[in-house]
Amino acid sequence: MSAVATPARPSSGGMNVKLVNRIVIYGLLALFALFYLMPLFVMLVTSFKTMDEIQNGNMLSLPKAPTFAPWLKAWGETCVGLTCAGIKGYFWNSIKMVVPAVLISTMLGALNGYVLTKWRFRGATLVFGLMLFACFIPFQSVLLPMATILGSLGRFGVTLQNTFGTSFGLGNPTVNLVFVHVVYGIGFTTLFFRNYYEAFPTELVKAAQVDGASFFQIFRRIMLPNSMPIFVVTVIYQFTNIWNDFLFASAYAGTGDAMPMTVALNNVVNTSTGVVEYNVNMAAAMIAALPTLLVYVLAGRYFVRGLMAGAVKG
Amino acid sequence: MAFLEIDGLRKRFGQVEILKGINLELEKGGFLVLVGPSGCGKSTLLNTIAGLETITSGDIRVDGRTITDLHPSKRDIAMVFQSYALYPNMTVAGNISFGMEMRGVPADQRQKAIDKVAKVLQIGHLLNRKPSQLSGGQRQRVAMGRALVRDPKLFLFDEPLSNLDAKLRVDMRIEIKRLHATTGTTIVYVTHDQIEAMTLATKIAVMRDGEVQQFGTPAEIYNNPSNVFVADFMGSPAMNLIPATIGGNGGDLAVVLDREARQPITLPMANAPAGLSAFKGKPVIFGVRPEALTDPEGAERNASQIATADCHIEVVEPAGSDTFAVTNLGGKGVVARLRADANIQPGTNTPLAFNLTKAVFFDPATESRIR
Repeated sequence: MSAVATPARPSSGGMNVKLVNRIVIYGLLALFALFYLMPLFVMLVTSFKTMDEIQNGNMLSLPKAPTFAPWLKAWGETCVGLTCAGIKGYFWNSIKMVVPAVLISTMLGALNGYVLTKWRFRGATLVFGLMLFACFIPFQSVLLPMATILGSLGRFGVTLQNTFGTSFGLGNPTVNLVFVHVVYGIGFTTLFFRNYYEAFPTELVKAAQVDGASFFQIFRRIMLPNSMPIFVVTVIYQFTNIWNDFLFASAYAGTGDAMPMTVALNNVVNTSTGVVEYNVNMAAAMIAALPTLLVYVLAGRYFVRGLMAGAVKG
Repeated sequence: MAFLEIDGLRKRFGQVEILKGINLELEKGGFLVLVGPSGCGKSTLLNTIAGLETITSGDIRVDGRTITDLHPSKRDIAMVFQSYALYPNMTVAGNISFGMEMRGVPADQRQKAIDKVAKVLQIGHLLNRKPSQLSGGQRQRVAMGRALVRDPKLFLFDEPLSNLDAKLRVDMRIEIKRLHATTGTTIVYVTHDQIEAMTLATKIAVMRDGEVQQFGTPAEIYNNPSNVFVADFMGSPAMNLIPATIGGNGGDLAVVLDREARQPITLPMANAPAGLSAFKGKPVIFGVRPEALTDPEGAERNASQIATADCHIEVVEPAGSDTFAVTNLGGKGVVARLRADANIQPGTNTPLAFNLTKAVFFDPATESRIR
């Protein structure tokens, strides 16, 4: 045994350097992780504390008597502006806006990607370039023009209402937000799908053509079923962006019943009557963040896989 | 009237002409192979027949019906792709029946057709698998099954064997040939492999730069190449194309081959092609296939014209079934094909027999055949 151990000794100096390196690297990583997770930790523990404990205790200490009361209050009773019915209504507002916006923009992106790669037309590259341009538009620069367009659509909706008895949703703030998010989402979704379909074997499309499948049959039966990874990536990306959007939400639905979660959360925190209920604010913020977390947890493993797809064809 | 007729077909991408006036025809039950180096337009030609590419001008007819402007699905064709193009999200059965489903064939008829094809190709046990669970050879069979199930007028194969390993490729080649023999279908087949072309075809079209160089039976292409390109492309090892001069006295012609540091070889020609006399004293390209250049004992007994000459052997390559010997004539390495047990040593002078009945001549300026 000693004969085996002896040759290892001279290299023990090298081993030490390696160990120190490891400690430094992992120590730094742990520090960064701690720094990153600290706000989340403070939010979580605060949301389970009573107001007394918050006012008298340490911000970082664990709650002595954990309580769900702040969460329930945030959900059902807290005041948003002048109405005090909790944030639940605004939570559903966001869902009603996000789900159609994500689905429509993703489907349009897939369709665009399909056309731009498998049905190339003269100028397809230029069209794609222009659509890419949409990814770089600073959103604050379009606030006013878009407001004008939405205003016109709203007036058109009133005309429709008077003529046919229905406005077809034109002028409805939720519909407006869906429209805005679809328009500004298409650039990204098209980019994702185009790059994915670029590596998608064109022979499959040709085979389907010989088999007699139509444009949309090929899309539905061949392209979409084989697009799961990029579909998930696009949905996560769009869901996170649209759910977290504050600018468009506050500009086009900043007041009234259609107000999305992000704006409502801001109003909860800014409500200036009485004591600032940190625990309720934190709980409301946590509730606002949950859906994006949930989507990522459910579909996250496809996310990484999808980002890699196309890089190396397996 | 031929079954498949292609008339003056032209295809242009912008300013570049990819197909420069193709004329081909194929009888019913024939097997046409389009062969040529990559970029010669053979796959584009196949795609225009399939309708996957539009054409600039010309006409394509199948069984007397013009299909030039029809959608691929309306042409009554089936195609096997190089990558097989199996739909990854469907089972083998789903892949085979997708076309029928698109045409609205009832489910029970689809099932019958699947079973029939599965029996022919022996893929019955694979019907419920996904393409990713199949080996290369099995995928190839499924791809053929998808084509067979349609029972079309015309089968199109786009380099179907190029993704298989060498041994499987030979097996599948035989299988395709057997399938053609038993079903009597009409097939157009694209390949860059001249052995596939020779073994499978009833007609070969050798293509280069968007033009058909020669169109004929495999034997015609092999024995009577119309130019240097065809002679060089078809056959393995390739035909020896030796720079030579035409000599001779009076009406008798002879081929004169230069050798390094030695007297030139003079091979007397008895039945020279009529056009050759015009080249007397001028350079020509003398084409002789390796099997027509052999040891005197192995030479073809009933060939009418055999000329023997001493050649300096530089390299000997025993290949098992044959032995190849390399000598130098006219400044080029020349391959001779000898019997496997031929007693030959590199570095020695050995008599080699030229079978001049099989020899062909080309004009060095135009590279076309002297007839």
